[in-house]
Amino acid sequence: MSDLALPTKRDEDWRYADFEALERLAPDDFGQWRDIAVPAGETCRECFVLDGSDADLRRVRVTVGEGGRCELFAVNAGGDYSRFEADVTLARGAHFEFGGVTIGGGETTREFVTRLNHAEPDATSAQVIRAVHWDRATGNFLGRIEVARDAQKTDAAQDFKALLLNKGAAANAKPELEIFADDVKCAHGAAIGQMDEAARFYMAARGLPPEVARKLLVRAFLADAFVALEDEAEQERMLETALSVLGEAV
Amino acid sequence: MPEPREMPMLEIADLHAEIDGKPILDGLSLTVNAGEIHAIMGPNGAGKSTLAYVLGGRPGYEITRGSVTFNGQDLLDLEPHERAAAGVFLGFQYPVEIPGVSNVQFLREALNAQRKAKGEDPLSGGDFLKLAREKAGLLKLDMDMLKRAVNVGFSGGEKKRAEMVHMGILDPAFAVLDETDSGLDIDALRVVGEGINAIMRAPDKAVLLITHYQRLLDYVKPDKVHVLAKGRIVTSGGPELALQLESEGYETVLA
Repeated sequence: MSDLALPTKRDEDWRYADFEALERLAPDDFGQWRDIAVPAGETCRECFVLDGSDADLRRVRVTVGEGGRCELFAVNAGGDYSRFEADVTLARGAHFEFGGVTIGGGETTREFVTRLNHAEPDATSAQVIRAVHWDRATGNFLGRIEVARDAQKTDAAQDFKALLLNKGAAANAKPELEIFADDVKCAHGAAIGQMDEAARFYMAARGLPPEVARKLLVRAFLADAFVALEDEAEQERMLETALSVLGEAV
Repeated sequence: MPEPREMPMLEIADLHAEIDGKPILDGLSLTVNAGEIHAIMGPNGAGKSTLAYVLGGRPGYEITRGSVTFNGQDLLDLEPHERAAAGVFLGFQYPVEIPGVSNVQFLREALNAQRKAKGEDPLSGGDFLKLAREKAGLLKLDMDMLKRAVNVGFSGGEKKRAEMVHMGILDPAFAVLDETDSGLDIDALRVVGEGINAIMRAPDKAVLLITHYQRLLDYVKPDKVHVLAKGRIVTSGGPELALQLESEGYETVLA
């Protein structure tokens, strides 16, 4: 299935997109959805890296069968505009885990758009998104959670934090919850902040040059997104991939 | 050019510093020679912590007059991390918590950054852990604490002991310890005092001990005691001055 018409700014899920860049990417990369179907009781884990070497627009449509589990992790550090979208439908007792990092400077825009459909009871989901941006770059997270009328005991959590390294960088968080069941837990949090100056001075006083201190702090900040990634080597690889972009920051 | 032996380790001359346009240090002068431990005492608001921060290079303080020379080098001209590499250690009154960064990782990076600045090879992971274990043992701090995030969830006493472990690992030539004794119970005070002696009592090292109380000085015998009030050193003496302050209070001594 593909959506051939390009979206506009009036389209809620695209309100923070970079349309100029989008037109350059489209139509080749646009409208292509990849389907991931996780059968009942099975587990699927996948890591994505958007580093500008491939399409910077990734769209996955996930269905997780009863008691199944899908874990997606993504480093979003592509070209001028990069976007990772996930449409997820959860059956009874299924779990969806998402850990994502947007990182970049210059004039770049990076975004995660997730739409979770808790279609049946007892499903759980956890999403942790971390954004680090500088210059005039922007990081976005648009996260919609829909809980169907009979999807009781749904437990959904989404946690977004952004770290802006200088004035001019921006982050947008747009949690959107549509809950039709009455016995559910849906937690969402969003925080946007800057470098902890006290920590930076403390680290400098111990001899760490500013760029090393910043890298340690950013690493610690981003690490939350990959805590749920069990494979430690993979965790390390994702973190290093994200941090390699930081070298460009002044 | 004087002989190196005759050069004081630290020379503060007529130092004036302000924060947000408010003068805090008002003509402070102080000379510390290698091999000496100096204690600085003084009432609240005298400028003790400002002195520590100015020596460490904390942003936000403006030096309006005066100089600080460390081993012949203009200290105020150096960035904070360069001061550390030059051998200056600042023990914080309120050590900062850094979630997500373990002590081991932090201190190894810090030590290796200092070694790099001095043109030395980095310490391997194994050698570093050995060093860290030794210093933690000296301060009776559980090695597991060093594997945890920097100061996160540490009690006041643990934070101060961890500061001294940092000092032991980094092995500075000169330490400014800002109220390292506050928040310590009697046993911890002794451990910290002995730690300071073990790490810093040496002919080629010196300490500036900022404290409110005489009790730390029972363990770390100062060569000189200074009273800081209204941004300058108002009187100096030997260890007996600290005892006199303890019994009579600042008001009498400063009157």
